[in-house]
Amino acid sequence: MASATTYKDRQLLAVIGDEDSVTGLLLAGIGHVTEGAGGQRNFLVVDAKTETSQIEQAFQNFTQERKDIAVLLINQHVAERIRHSLDSFADPFPAVLEIPSKDHPYDPEKDSVLKRVRRLFGE
Amino acid sequence: MSGAVGREPVFPTRQSLGLMKSKLKGAETGHSLLKRKSEALTKRFREITRRIDEAKQKMGRVMQIAAFSLAEVSYAVGGDIGYQVQESAKQARFRVRAKQENVSGVFLPQFESYTQEGVNDFALTGLGKGGQQIQRCRETYARAVETLVELASLQTAFLILDEVIKVVNRRVNAIEHVIIPRTENTIKYINSELDELDREEFYRLKKVSGKKQRDNAAADAEILAARQKAAAEEAGKSPAAEEPGAADVLGEQEDNDVIF
Repeated sequence: MASATTYKDRQLLAVIGDEDSVTGLLLAGIGHVTEGAGGQRNFLVVDAKTETSQIEQAFQNFTQERKDIAVLLINQHVAERIRHSLDSFADPFPAVLEIPSKDHPYDPEKDSVLKRVRRLFGE
Repeated sequence: MSGAVGREPVFPTRQSLGLMKSKLKGAETGHSLLKRKSEALTKRFREITRRIDEAKQKMGRVMQIAAFSLAEVSYAVGGDIGYQVQESAKQARFRVRAKQENVSGVFLPQFESYTQEGVNDFALTGLGKGGQQIQRCRETYARAVETLVELASLQTAFLILDEVIKVVNRRVNAIEHVIIPRTENTIKYINSELDELDREEFYRLKKVSGKKQRDNAAADAEILAARQKAAAEEAGKSPAAEEPGAADVLGEQEDNDVIF
């Protein structure tokens, strides 16, 4: 169970997505770069050239290593590429949220959480 | 006697019977409490799943609007602002705070968004042109992110509740199908064993009293026989003794004691 310490210091949102989504969310003010040398960004821009391993690594970094992220937003078409990691990730923190992108309309059928909802209610 | 669930390894004594009875009572109370907890959680869970469904739909719409406003920005600025925005992001202005909500003993986290005042990384973005569009775009996206945060807290609550409900249901089932039948079995076993002991004790007592009665009867018969014999002797002697001993009626001669 989530104890108080695991989420009290989680304040930030992180995003993995295409350039437009990231730009928009950064404009909203979620962007954060950790202080000091080699400051880590809490966002990753994915385009056609980005390797899947890179996305995977960013996902692991945001979900496992960094302890200050409360919500991870990820574009659904990007999520599709690392679907197995997403499906196997079941911790309550950080909350992984699939969001639609401009070019890829949102499809509730693919969402990991909604899939579980459907399975639970036997649809 | 022992069914599929078996029974606890106890000695069939009255003390352990009392223990088992209180245990059964406790298990029943616990079962009803847990059942109610599970029902409350399930109710909450269903509500949350409904709200997640709604929020996901809403998110789709909100993100569409936001994407459109971003398109407006790139049209107004006349170029890509992506790099500029990414490079100037330093401090998060939009943050979330987690607080807890207690549903039947389960702590559900709820994210609450707030903006850190005085942090503005994008003061210079859109300085040349399109500043107004950028401002509007930021507001739109801020609203979209609020929706997303709301959705995230629903989703987290969903995951935690899912887990907790599973655990609680497992406990309810364990109590219902294992602990209660087993305790009942144990009570039945102790009762039958105690009854058996009772019967044994009763039989033993009966045996003892029967033996006593027999002994008494034998003793009585012996005495009776002795007395009859004495009486017969007396009767045989008396006609002979009548003649010389007519004066002896007053009992100078000892009589046999009469024993009843």
